[in-house]
Amino acid sequence: MTVNVTEKETPPPPAAKGEPVLSVRGLSKHFPVRSAGLIRRKIGDVHAVCDVSFDIYDRETLAIVGESGCGKTTTGRLVLNLIDASAGEVVWQGRDLTKLRNRAMRPLRRDMQIVFQDPYASLDPRMTVNELVAEPLRIHGLYRGENSGKQAVKDLLAQVGLNPEHGARYAHEFSGGQRQRIGIARALALKPRLLVLDEPVSALDVSIQAGVINLLEDLQQEYGLSYMFISHDLSVIRHIADRVVVMYLGKVVERAEADELFRRPSHPYTQALMSAIPLPDPVKERERKRILLTGDVPSPVNPPSGCRFRTRCQKFANDLDNTQREWCVNVEPPLEAKFTGHDAACHFAAARTDILEVGADHRAVPGELASWPTGRPTDAQAATPMACEPDGAQREPTRLTDDYVVDAEGELVLESDLEKPAG
Amino acid sequence: MTIDLEVDDTRQEADPDALLVVDNLNVSFPTDDGVVQAVRGVSYTVRNGEAMGIVGESGSGKSVSSLAVMGLLPKNARISGSVRFRGRELIGLNEREMSQLRGEKIAMIFQDPLTSLNPVYTVGYQIAEALHAHHEMSKKAALDRSAELLGIVGIPYPEQRISNYPHELSGGMRQRVVIAIAMANDPDVIIADEPTTALDVTVQAQVLEALETARAETGAALIIITHDLGVIAGHSDRIAVMYAGKLVETGSTEEVFYRPRMPYTLGLLGSLPRLDQQERQRLTPIKGAPPSLLNLPPGCPFTPRCPLAEDICDAEEPELLMAEGTGHSAACHFRNRMADVEAAEVFGDDAAEVVS
Repeated sequence: MTVNVTEKETPPPPAAKGEPVLSVRGLSKHFPVRSAGLIRRKIGDVHAVCDVSFDIYDRETLAIVGESGCGKTTTGRLVLNLIDASAGEVVWQGRDLTKLRNRAMRPLRRDMQIVFQDPYASLDPRMTVNELVAEPLRIHGLYRGENSGKQAVKDLLAQVGLNPEHGARYAHEFSGGQRQRIGIARALALKPRLLVLDEPVSALDVSIQAGVINLLEDLQQEYGLSYMFISHDLSVIRHIADRVVVMYLGKVVERAEADELFRRPSHPYTQALMSAIPLPDPVKERERKRILLTGDVPSPVNPPSGCRFRTRCQKFANDLDNTQREWCVNVEPPLEAKFTGHDAACHFAAARTDILEVGADHRAVPGELASWPTGRPTDAQAATPMACEPDGAQREPTRLTDDYVVDAEGELVLESDLEKPAG
Repeated sequence: MTIDLEVDDTRQEADPDALLVVDNLNVSFPTDDGVVQAVRGVSYTVRNGEAMGIVGESGSGKSVSSLAVMGLLPKNARISGSVRFRGRELIGLNEREMSQLRGEKIAMIFQDPLTSLNPVYTVGYQIAEALHAHHEMSKKAALDRSAELLGIVGIPYPEQRISNYPHELSGGMRQRVVIAIAMANDPDVIIADEPTTALDVTVQAQVLEALETARAETGAALIIITHDLGVIAGHSDRIAVMYAGKLVETGSTEEVFYRPRMPYTLGLLGSLPRLDQQERQRLTPIKGAPPSLLNLPPGCPFTPRCPLAEDICDAEEPELLMAEGTGHSAACHFRNRMADVEAAEVFGDDAAEVVS
């Protein structure tokens, strides 16, 4: 499949400490959508992941956050080369993993392991815990002799906080938290450098979740692991992450160090996401004003033109005029630095420091950035193809006159049509 | 087992505002392995227009206790105790009498809207069906009212949406349809069982907003059941914490959040990562797992996980009693010792986190 990644490359993420362990550049994944019936002709693409770039550094936790369908899990699988990328590269120790065949990939898999979300589905019910943990060792020929092999398994179980004496039990005899620990023991067995953690605590009750989070923090310290932590839960991410990538509909919308991101979120989606999370504090929670998004996530088969978030964006609907909206509708906002080490993909990005504060007015926009575009986009700007757009797509610039307004579903409609919208 | 003091009981009866009084409710299920005691001696009162939250982890009995109130438990459930709605006993009512109350007086919202909506009827038909169940009205009037209700819960273009089938709507919209059905007959109590658990946070915020609108519109009392301490903090006046089928702490939301007196509540709050805290504190998990509700040993069910446990905790199950210096009750022998205690002090840093 050919994918037209635009000429303008996304700028590399700002350098942090030293060389990254893993670099991801322009990563895209399109899944074909086929017609029903016998021939199953390809009728479109699901733009699952589109032009994603980030780095993971040594002993660092990079978090990927977003809602269902934003492509965060697909990104995790692409990084491990479990599915083939449509475009882009994943560089690990100087080698582009997307170009490697399975045979060449296998030795590298020792260094990169994954922990899945559902500890009920990811463990074979017919294997004992000892066998489950020994399996990766056997596959890679590291289960040397019954005695040392058994000892290795026992050590692993103890490391993840399980009683090694329970090794002869089956997975169903354990609680959810304990099963997740078994999954972590399996991932650790090969002494990896990078763990991809795909929603590792989402299925667990809070009192159990905390234990697993603490375990992950301890293991990182002890073994110098790097984590790619995929989650929808910003509270967990604030707790565990060093750097955060926020995704929406397959694209990175904001990327920054964790403290920086939570201090001044700049993309309207990040702001809405933060404001939507209920705080376990009755006084704060009642006094907070929420940024309520309208509508639902659009279909990734046919994402909105320009900015993919515009159909749900409160800023687009309430704060911008039609001249400014033309940018959102026509021009894909590049992911670019808004502050030092803080990138956002929004033409009209502005930091909000009031999201997690109590009693602040959420509509107040402190300090618009100098980089806001002025006037309308030119025809040339408006005709620039979007990243990941299929070949041959001809686009006419959309010009908005004053008669256009945003309706209740986030669509741009003529004001005169507002009363009787087309069914 | 007695839970509330007699004094408390008379107060509940005398309360003119008391809408729903649950008194010493017990639910158990016979299984091949023995009797599972899912709910053990739960008592609470919901007053007119009040929002009460029931919070607990999976298997704590929070859903079963509300299904018992609605009379929706399977036939093999053994129920004892009393549930009075405006003074009328609900336990033991036959199906016909119960269905007159359901929807009309007490409405329920379930976790998964896809299973609570019928896939072969339009949403307008299903809301109209709820209206017809309790009111004489024309088809046209019922459909008009359906559209109006959809508008109230924040669905754009309700006149078109009433002819959609559930599969044509997103999860958040479906749950708003369920809320519209719940408020259709202007009920006195809405029971919402994990209403937002299956949804993304931005959609959760929309649905909670719709729920608050429904409450404001109908003036109904709300019982919200959830495992999410954040949701409960913002949407309830009083909360009850459940553990192993029992209420272990009840009181005003502020009291329970800021001055918890039951080690379990304290531990739950300590194990939450906080979005609103800048400095990272190590989380303080509760060790172990909730007990099996099959053949519970005597004593406090939290004893095996509780760092404060002493001999008395194994011997005697504590009653839910008022804690000194607070306005709320906790089921802990040491509730009066728990003043101004931090989670980190009690649950400490993981001393040998081996779980058996």
